[in-house]
Amino acid sequence: MRLTYIDDFRDPATAKALVARIREDAGDRPVRIMEVCGTHTVAIARCGIRPLLSGAVTMVSGPGCPVCVTPDGYIDAAIALGKERGALLASFGDMLRVPGTSSSLEREKGEGLDVRVVYSPLDAVALAAGSPDREVVFLGVGFETTAPAIAGAIRTAAQRGVANFSVLSSVRTIPEAMGILAADPDIRIQGFLCPAHVSAIIGADAYRAVASERRIPCVVAGFEPLDILLGISMLVRQIREGAARVENEYTRVATGAGNRKAQELVAEVFTPCDTGWRGIGVIPGSGLRIADRYDAYDAERKFGVPVLFSSEKTACRCGDVLKGKIVPPECPLFGKACVPEEPYGPCMVSSEGTCAAYYKYGAS
Amino acid sequence: MCLGVPAKVMERSGDAAVVELGGVRREISLMLLDDVSVGEWVIVHAGFAIERLSEGAALQTLELFREIADAPDVH
Repeated sequence: MRLTYIDDFRDPATAKALVARIREDAGDRPVRIMEVCGTHTVAIARCGIRPLLSGAVTMVSGPGCPVCVTPDGYIDAAIALGKERGALLASFGDMLRVPGTSSSLEREKGEGLDVRVVYSPLDAVALAAGSPDREVVFLGVGFETTAPAIAGAIRTAAQRGVANFSVLSSVRTIPEAMGILAADPDIRIQGFLCPAHVSAIIGADAYRAVASERRIPCVVAGFEPLDILLGISMLVRQIREGAARVENEYTRVATGAGNRKAQELVAEVFTPCDTGWRGIGVIPGSGLRIADRYDAYDAERKFGVPVLFSSEKTACRCGDVLKGKIVPPECPLFGKACVPEEPYGPCMVSSEGTCAAYYKYGAS
Repeated sequence: MCLGVPAKVMERSGDAAVVELGGVRREISLMLLDDVSVGEWVIVHAGFAIERLSEGAALQTLELFREIADAPDVH
């Protein structure tokens, strides 16, 4: 295969034809489509897709940035593990600036907390194996895309007897959140553009319940500009037909059934649980906690440091942004008290946060 | 955060593989996939190959794009 195939999925002439097709199908009644995934949000903002479709399709951003929906109580627990239990914290880089109740990992790191940025959860296992006198806690944040990698690290640690490794789990599952959003009358979603790599793991069939029970069409789409435009076009056609099917644009990677081996590993290491989403609240069955057979690798249980969830109200309207109820400029803090250099809310922290994408690429 | 990068498998030894990502080689895990061969393309996320990249399906999608771009009623 040619690596240049990436360029083929960015061809401007085809993009123009797809935009024309979407506009023709949409007519003069704009449809409301939610892109669930933060990686889609960034791609849509970077490519200027929103203004291209203005008047035909209103793209609403969803809660699909794991960093943004991680509650502040999680950051507090991570900091407590480092400061009070002396653990070495290993994290994906984009978690460092997320505000906890009163501090962030970045600020604590500046004051001496040992926080290491890793690329893979397996790097954290290697870190633990190489520092047997330290407890290493991996900050396991992510959706279904990342869950198998975290599960793989836990199983690897168990197989290799790396007893000083554990995970503070904050793993969430997307279809349950979509179900909650679909049922919210204030959001009025007519179609879901479903995540590319979450779907590679769980399979496009995982959206069947949302499509059939809520009568909302779902299309899995890749992250390249033409993938996104074709996905939107497929949704607009379904909406105009009155259909509510699950379709898959990203067939080169995602299948109907998904990656069974990854699903089995996740089912072995994790157990579904209710969990709190920052700005949204507790969504039943939308979290993954570490299963009892691997409890020695569960940092919450190992150290007795629980992740607390509170839904305290502030002027920050990240919750409404995450639910697609408002666009970032409608938040009183956006671009004023909350900017990427000094974020107030989590949607401005992550590069995949809706507010950060709006701030960087413009609101229109 | 769910970004995945297409990469070509250059070497493998058990569940460990070396892939090439845009000219850079790095070690990843093949724990999540069965029977991956050297020369195959995979999507890499957080140090793991999470799925194969199907050339046949990619070409089908590209063919669909060509049909849309060439459609006579598009102006």
